Amino acid sequence: MKNILKIVVCIKQVPLVSELPWDSQTGTLQRNLSEGMINPACKHALEAALRLKQKHGGHIVVLTMGPPMAKEVLYEAQAMGADSGILLTDKAMAGADTFITSYTLAKAIIKKCPDFDLVLCGCSTSDSETAHVGPQLAEELKVPGVANAHDLKLSGKTLRVKRLSDNFLETLEMDLPGLVTITTQEFLPRYVPMQGIQKAFDEANIISLNAYELGLDAEKIGTKGSPTRILNVYPPTAKKTNIILRGSPEKIVEELFYRFDDKIGGAIGKDLKTDE
Amino acid sequence: MGEKKNSIWIFGDYRNYFQNRVTLQLLSRANELAGKINASVCAVVLGNNVSEWVGEYIAHGAQKVYVIEHPQLENYSIETYSFLMEMLITTYKPELVLIGATMFGREFAPKLAKKLKTGLTADCIGLEINDDGLLVQIAPAFGGNLIAEIVTPECRPQMATVRPGTFQEIPHDYNASGEVIRIALPEYLPEEKVRLISSKRWQKKGQKIEAARVVVCGGRGMGSKKNYKNLFELAQLLGGEVGATRPVVYANWVDEEALVGQTGKHIRPKVLFSFGISGAIQHTAALSNAGFIIAINKNVNATMMKMADVAIVADTNQICSTLIKELKKRIRS
Repeated sequence: MKNILKIVVCIKQVPLVSELPWDSQTGTLQRNLSEGMINPACKHALEAALRLKQKHGGHIVVLTMGPPMAKEVLYEAQAMGADSGILLTDKAMAGADTFITSYTLAKAIIKKCPDFDLVLCGCSTSDSETAHVGPQLAEELKVPGVANAHDLKLSGKTLRVKRLSDNFLETLEMDLPGLVTITTQEFLPRYVPMQGIQKAFDEANIISLNAYELGLDAEKIGTKGSPTRILNVYPPTAKKTNIILRGSPEKIVEELFYRFDDKIGGAIGKDLKTDE
Repeated sequence: MGEKKNSIWIFGDYRNYFQNRVTLQLLSRANELAGKINASVCAVVLGNNVSEWVGEYIAHGAQKVYVIEHPQLENYSIETYSFLMEMLITTYKPELVLIGATMFGREFAPKLAKKLKTGLTADCIGLEINDDGLLVQIAPAFGGNLIAEIVTPECRPQMATVRPGTFQEIPHDYNASGEVIRIALPEYLPEEKVRLISSKRWQKKGQKIEAARVVVCGGRGMGSKKNYKNLFELAQLLGGEVGATRPVVYANWVDEEALVGQTGKHIRPKVLFSFGISGAIQHTAALSNAGFIIAINKNVNATMMKMADVAIVADTNQICSTLIKELKKRIRS
C-alpha cells in the first residue's frame, strides 16, 4: 500500500426527508423520517473519490460518526465501491458541535489512516447546513483545504480544483495531502444495484471505534467538549393571518385574480381581473 | 468618548460588494448590540488599495477600522487571511467576531474559529445579547424544522456567520469619523499552500431569480419532474423565474441554479407562488423579503401555507394548469 493513492471520504447519515415532515394527504408525520441516507453532498464526494480511483488506482476509506445505525451508510458506500469503512460511535460523542466533530474525525484519521493523500467531504449536510466540518477538519489535520469544489484533476501529487465562490469561478492548486469539500453540482453518484448492496453486506470491511479506542477523553468530546451550547429550540413562527381558498381549481383561480389583481396584475403590469 | 471595555469586530468582506451589503448590515446590528456590552464597533480590512472600503465602513458605523494593506493581499486567500485575522484577534481580543455568510465567509470563519479554539454558529438569522451579556446566535437547526438559540459561554471570541439580508444597514453618514489603525504586514507569512491559478467573474445566464418581480417556486409536492416542468410555462406567462427547494434539486428535477434557500438564492419578488412546499426554514429563510405570497398545498397546516397571504388548499398540478389556462385568456397585449 506504499505508493497508491489513499483517500478518506467523510460521510454523514442524515434523515431521509428534511423538507417534507408532513404527509400531504393525511397531514400526519411521515414515518419514513426515521430512516437515514447518505447526506447527498457526501455521496457526491464519494463519487469524486471513486472517479479518482478509477483513473489513478487507490484505496478509499469511508469514515462516519454517529449512532450504531449509521453503519448503514458505510455498507452503502462500500456497495458504491469504497474499500473499507470506519464507524465512530459512542454515547460520549453525541451532541458534538462542528468544532468537536472535526476534532474527533481528525483523531480517527490520524490513528487509522495517517498516510492519507486526500480527504474528501460533502460541502454541507442537509440536516444542519453549517459547512463547517470540512474546513475545520483541514485545519485539525494541518493540511490545505478547499471548499465547494465541482472538479478535481490529479497529476502526481498535485491536485487542481475548480470551484465557484461568491460568483468567482476559481481554479486552485495544492500539493497533497489535502482536503476538499464537494458540492452536488457535478459527480452525480453512480447507481448501485441491489446485488451490490447485498454483496456489501456480505463482504463488508467495517471497523467500529469508540472514544476509548480512539484515545479520547470522554469529558472533552460530544456535548461536554463543544464550545457552543444550545440554549433554546423552537419552531419558526408563522407570520400572518392569511386567507384560505378552497374549492374547484377554476373557482379558486377566478377568485385569486379577482380579489388580488392589484398584487398579481400589479407585479406583471397587466389587468387580470376579467377574462373578457 | 472614553475607551470602551469590549469590542465587536466585523470582518470587512468587500469582494462582492454590490451583491453583498452584509458587512454594512453587520456594522449596523453591531451598533445596536454594542451598548449592552459596553463595546466599540470595529471593522477589519485586509487587502490592497482598500481605502475606499475603510471610508465606507466608517460612514456606516465603524468606530475603528483595523487595516492591513499590502500588494500581497490583493486576492482573497483563506490561508493568509485567517493567519492575519488570528494574529489581530489574539492581539486585540475582541469579545465578538461577526462575519458575513458569503461563500468566502463560510469557508474562512470555520477555519478561523478552529485556529482560535472557539465556537461558531453558521448562517445566523438573528443576533441578540442576553442578560448574561452573551451573544445569542439564532440559526436554523435540526433539519431546518426548528430554530435554535446558541451561545458560546466560555470560549472567546464569540463568533457567528450571518446570512446576508438579515439586518438593515445604517444610511451612509459622510460626517462620521472613526479611527484607522494601520498594521504592517508581518515579515513572516505562512506559505500559501492553496495556489490561485485563475479567478474570473462568473456570469449567470438569463434573468436572475434574485431580481425577479415574480417567482414561482416548486417543491416535492409537485409530484414529478414532468409536473414540475409546467411551472416554467406559468413563470413565463407571469414574466417571472422558477425556483426550487433542496429535495427537488436533489431529485434532479432542476439545476442547483434554481435553489431558493439558505444555501441557494435569496429572493425578493413582489409576488411569490409556492407550489407543494412544506416550508422548512432552509427554504423560508430566503423568503423574508418576498412580498405577496400565494401557497398551494393539500396540507393546510404546512408552514409555507401559514406564512402565505393566500393559502390555496388544492392539488398543486390542477391549480398550476388552471392558472396557465386562465392567464393565456387574460393576457392579451
